[in-house]
Amino acid sequence: MKFSIYRYNPETDKKPYMQEFDLEVPEGSDMMLLDAMLLLKDQDATLSFRRSCREGVCGSDGMSINGKNGLACITPLSSLKAPIVVRPLPGLPVVRDLVVDMTQFYKQYEKIKPYLITNDEPPAKERLQSPEERAKLDGLYECILCACCSTSCPSFWWNPDKFVGPSGLLQAYRFLIDSRDTETDERLADLDDAYSVFRCRGIMNCVDVCPKGLNPTQAIGHIRSMLLKRGV
Amino acid sequence: MVATVTSLGRSGLHDWIIQRLSAVIMLAYTLYLTYFVISTGDVTAAAWQALFATTFMKVFSLLALGSIVMHAWIGLWIVSTDYMPKLAIRMIFQAFVIIMCLALMIWGIQILWSI
Repeated sequence: MKFSIYRYNPETDKKPYMQEFDLEVPEGSDMMLLDAMLLLKDQDATLSFRRSCREGVCGSDGMSINGKNGLACITPLSSLKAPIVVRPLPGLPVVRDLVVDMTQFYKQYEKIKPYLITNDEPPAKERLQSPEERAKLDGLYECILCACCSTSCPSFWWNPDKFVGPSGLLQAYRFLIDSRDTETDERLADLDDAYSVFRCRGIMNCVDVCPKGLNPTQAIGHIRSMLLKRGV
Repeated sequence: MVATVTSLGRSGLHDWIIQRLSAVIMLAYTLYLTYFVISTGDVTAAAWQALFATTFMKVFSLLALGSIVMHAWIGLWIVSTDYMPKLAIRMIFQAFVIIMCLALMIWGIQILWSI
């Protein structure tokens, strides 16, 4: 099976280039792209990429696979057309090969205050939620911050310092809708500018690529409705 | 919260609502004018003059013009902040758009006033 993989080492290379690889995949067998790439790393030990849990939970191995962002560890080779073109996540600075600098992504995540804020008296034991209140967090808390969605979003490409991006907004809604959080109004006030939420044009690239099957566009729609309720 | 000063409103929600409301007004105005042209058959200068002489049409036209101006200001501002990373170019473009919008509004009022 043929592979074409993006290579760039800023210390030695003037500019990025694509390196061709050939891998013998036994007939009738299937493996995940990550396993294949580990075999390619045996061929050329300088090939760099991030990986950790190798089962779609840690979110380390997000990359552009045949033009679509995804996690290499849960993408079967059989689902891909050869030659398989692997590039780093688009829109973020490349540290080396497929390793990108995620600072801007994390900064947006930090901006939405991804933790519960409560101003009322702490209860003796714990803050309880009804099953219905808890159910509202489904489809939101599962985000693993792999950055596949935000780096597939043109609005994030153009304004990564101002637009929170699909991942950050999914998380923002996760805390806006949490029954235990008392900071809802302040959170909404922080989002009501021309960029943070409203730069989303609803093209749904984020929904298309999310390896966990989440729907950031819907969460953004809910945030917009909350802003409307608050402001109209 | 990202601060902006050349956008039409200071709140993202404000611009978002105006963008949608102005689109509805422009659509209504377009449909009304289309209906007039089709139902009149022979659109003479006199018929055109009579149409715009009514207070209703003057108000409706000004409303439509205001909608176009606000819609353009918001829309082109967004385009410039997406695709014009160079500050000087973006500032000149935004200044041009805002001045044109205001000038068109004043010109439109002056035209409708004279009928």
